Amino acid sequence: MTDECVGAERLGELLQPIIDGHGGDPGMLVQILREAQEALGYLPAAALTAIARAVGLPRARVEGVAGFYSFLHLQPVGRYRVLFSDNITDHMLGSVELMDRLCNRLWIERGKVSEDGLVSVDTTSCTGLCDQGPALLVNGRAMTRMSAERIDRISEMIRAELPLDDWPREYFRIEDNIRRRDALLNTCWPAGEALRAALARGPEAMLAEMRTSNLRGRGGAGFTTYIKWESARRAPCRGEPPERYIVCNADEGEPGTFKDRVLLSSYTDLLFDGMSVAGFTIGATRGLLYLRGEYAYLLPALRENLARRRRDGLLGTALCGQDGVCFDIEIHVGAGAYVCGEESALLESLEGKRGVPRIRPPFPVTVGYRGQPTVVNNVETLCKAALIAVNGGAWFAGLGTKQSTGTKLLSISGDVEMPGIYDYPFGVSVAQVLNECGAGNAQAVQISGPSGTCLGMHEFSRHVAFEDVPTAGAFMVFGAHRDMFEVARNFAHFFAHESCGFCTPCRVGTSLVANCMDKIADGHGSQYDINEIFKIHRLLHVASHCGLGQSACNPLFDTLNKFRPAYERRLRSLDFEPAFDLDQALAAARQMTGRDDPAAHFGLAARVPGVTT
Amino acid sequence: MTQQSILLDGLPVPFEEGQTIMDAAMAAEIFIPHLCHHPEFKPQGSCKLCTVKASGRYVSACTMPARDGMEVENNSPDLNDKRRTMLQMLFVEGNHFCPSCEKSGNCMLQALAYELEMLSPHFNQFYPNRPLDASHPQVLLDFNRCILCELCVRASRDVDGKHVFSLSGRGITKHLIVNAESGRLADTDFSLTDKAAHVCPVGVILEKRKGFAVPIGQRRYDVDPIGMQVERLAHRTTTEEEI
Repeated sequence: MTDECVGAERLGELLQPIIDGHGGDPGMLVQILREAQEALGYLPAAALTAIARAVGLPRARVEGVAGFYSFLHLQPVGRYRVLFSDNITDHMLGSVELMDRLCNRLWIERGKVSEDGLVSVDTTSCTGLCDQGPALLVNGRAMTRMSAERIDRISEMIRAELPLDDWPREYFRIEDNIRRRDALLNTCWPAGEALRAALARGPEAMLAEMRTSNLRGRGGAGFTTYIKWESARRAPCRGEPPERYIVCNADEGEPGTFKDRVLLSSYTDLLFDGMSVAGFTIGATRGLLYLRGEYAYLLPALRENLARRRRDGLLGTALCGQDGVCFDIEIHVGAGAYVCGEESALLESLEGKRGVPRIRPPFPVTVGYRGQPTVVNNVETLCKAALIAVNGGAWFAGLGTKQSTGTKLLSISGDVEMPGIYDYPFGVSVAQVLNECGAGNAQAVQISGPSGTCLGMHEFSRHVAFEDVPTAGAFMVFGAHRDMFEVARNFAHFFAHESCGFCTPCRVGTSLVANCMDKIADGHGSQYDINEIFKIHRLLHVASHCGLGQSACNPLFDTLNKFRPAYERRLRSLDFEPAFDLDQALAAARQMTGRDDPAAHFGLAARVPGVTT
Repeated sequence: MTQQSILLDGLPVPFEEGQTIMDAAMAAEIFIPHLCHHPEFKPQGSCKLCTVKASGRYVSACTMPARDGMEVENNSPDLNDKRRTMLQMLFVEGNHFCPSCEKSGNCMLQALAYELEMLSPHFNQFYPNRPLDASHPQVLLDFNRCILCELCVRASRDVDGKHVFSLSGRGITKHLIVNAESGRLADTDFSLTDKAAHVCPVGVILEKRKGFAVPIGQRRYDVDPIGMQVERLAHRTTTEEEI
C-alpha cells in the first residue's frame, strides 16, 4: 500500500493485472476501482484516466462512479484508516466518546488525514455488528467490542505502525450470537442437500412448491418470491448470449440489521444451495452475490466455499452429475452505499455504474442485470427457498401466519441483555420478543431499521408480520433512559449521508431535515422547525424516486408523534427561532484576534458585563 | 380502434401508444411544470417538478406511460405546493442570484418560480462552494447555478457523442464534472457548436463575450410566462438560438 502518487509506468504495471483479471470489462468497473484502490491506497486522478482508457469508458464516467461510493477515495487516505460504525446502537455503547479518545491519542482531527499520512479517523454507516459494538473498520477489517482500553492499545499500535496481522486476534473476533433457533437456524444439512432435492423435483414442481409456500421476500418489501421466479422464468431473454440471472442481495445496509452476516458466515452452503435452486428453477446459469463492502472480510471464506462446491460438483456444468444443468456463482463487492440495497440500484452497481435506482417499470424480472431477466432475492429469502426445496411448500406454509408464512430472523440490539440473532415464526408479538431477549425497561423499539417503524410501549402487543409490523430484520431496543430525539437525529443524518442525490426532494430534503434536527439539538429550535420537518416528510413520502427518500422521514414522523416531549424540551421557544446565530458568527473573528471580552460578543452576552460564552 | 385518452384535470387528452403523460399533455398544449425534461432527450425523471397524481399515485409525468382512461391530477393546489417546495429546495441548494445572472429572463428555474408564485427561497441556504471554470476559450461554466438536471450530460453523450459532462459525488454533494484529468473544460473536446452547449435550462453553460445581448425585460420569459409557452417547449430543439 502506498499513499503517494506513483509514476505513470509503475501505475500501468499495478493496474494492468487488475484490469486483465476482469477482461477489461467496463461492467466490472466497481470491482476494478476497488482492487485498484487496494493496490494504490487511493484512486489518484492519473489512475482514473488509465482505467478509463483501459476499459474504454469516458474518464468522467469513471470519476463519477468513483465519486459515488463511500469506500472509494479520490484523495489520499491514511495508511491506517479507522472508521467507527455510526449507528445509534454503537453510540449507545459509547462509540462517540471512543472516537474522540482515539483522535485525542493520535493528535488528529476527525475526518482529516494526519500530516504524516499515517492515520485517519472518521465514521461510516452501520457496519452490521450492533450486537457486539462499538464496532469499527480498520482498512476494511471489522473490529468489535471496543473499549477505552482497546482504543488506547490501538492508538499505540498505529503509532508503532504495527501491521494489522500482528494486532491482537481477539479484537477482530466476530461472534454469531445465535440466541434462538427455529426452522431456519436448526438446519445442519450437508452442502448440496437442497440442490439435490430441487433437482429431484424438477423445475416445474419446484416452482409449484414455491407457490404453495407463499414465501415472501425477507429484505423488507415482502414481495411474493414465487411471482418473481415465475415472471423471470417466463420473460424472454434479450441479449447475446441469452441469459437469466439470480442475484443475491447481500447488501445488508439497513442500520441495526446483521442477520445476513450470520447466514453468510455460518450458513454459506444453505445460501449457495438456495441460489442454485433458484437458478435451476428459473433457467438461469449464473448467480451473482452482491456483498456489501463492509462485509468484504467474509470474502476469503466465501470464495473458498465456492471453490469447494465446484470441486464437489455442486457448481459448474453438470450439477450433481446431471448433464446440462449448469450454474455458477460469482461475488461482487460493494463499496459503501446503502442505496444499493434497493434492487435496481444494486443492478446498476453490479453493472459498474453509480448506484442510482432505475425507473420502474420495467422491473428486473424482465429487464435486469445487463438487460436480461433477473431475480433479485435477499440472502434470507434464498436460504428459505433451500428449506422449501427439501421440506416442501406445505411444510413452510404451516409456519408463521397465513399472510406471512415461515420464520423470520431478527437482529436484536440496543438495550437488551442478550443481543444477537433470533429465529421466530412470523406473528410473534413484540412483547414476547422483548421478554425473551431481556429488554427490561424498553420505552421504544425501532423495527426494520430507520426506514421502518418506531413502536412505543403501548404498541408492544403488536405482531411481527407483513400484515402488522413488517420487518427486514432489525430490532433495536431503546431503554427508558434513552433520548428518542437523539435516535431520530442519528437516523436523519444516516439518510442525508446515504441519499444517492438523483431526485430533488430526497437529495435536498434529507439534508434540510438533518440540519433542522441539528438546529433543535443545538437549542435553537422552535415549533416552526417541527412544522418544517412534517412538511418535508409529506413531500419526500410521495415525490421521492425510490424507497430511501420515501421512508427517510419515517423515524422523525414516528418519534415526533410518539415521543414529542423529547423534542419539545429542546425548543428554545414555541415561535420562530432564526438558524443564524449572530454571536456564533463572530466566533471565528474572536479566535483570530484572541479576544473574548464582552465587546467581542453580540446580543445578551455583550450587554451583561463579565459574561462570556 | 377508438382514440385512447387520459383524463387530465378532468379534460380528455388523447395519446398515442408509447407516449408518457408529459408527451400527451405537451401535445395538447397543457403545461406540466418540468426542468429535467426536454423533448429531444430520453426522459429521466429526476427533478420531480412534473410530479402528478395518476390514478391516486404520485408519479413523474415525464416517465410514466399514459394509459387509456387514466385520471391525472396536474394543476392543483396540493401539487403546485409540492412543486413550489421543490423549487425552493433547488434555489437553496445552489447559489442563484437572479438579478446578476446572464440567463435571467431566459432561465426555466426562474420562470417556474414566477409561474408557481414562489415568493422566497424559504429554507436556509446551503451556500455551496462551487468555483467557476473559465478555462475554455468560448464557454464559461458557472456551477453555482447547476440544478443537476443532466441535460448537458445526456446531450453530450447521446447526441454529440463526446461525454463531456458527468455527475460525481452523491446526496447533497452531487456535482457536475467534465471529462478531463485536470477537471478543466479547456482540456476536453467541448465546443460551442455542441448540442450540449445550448441545452442548459439555467445559467451554467454561458457563451463568452455575448452577455446581455437582449436586455432584461425583453427576454423569453419576461414576455410571456412559461405556462403560456407549451407549444414552443414541446417543439424546442437545442439548435434554436437563445433569444
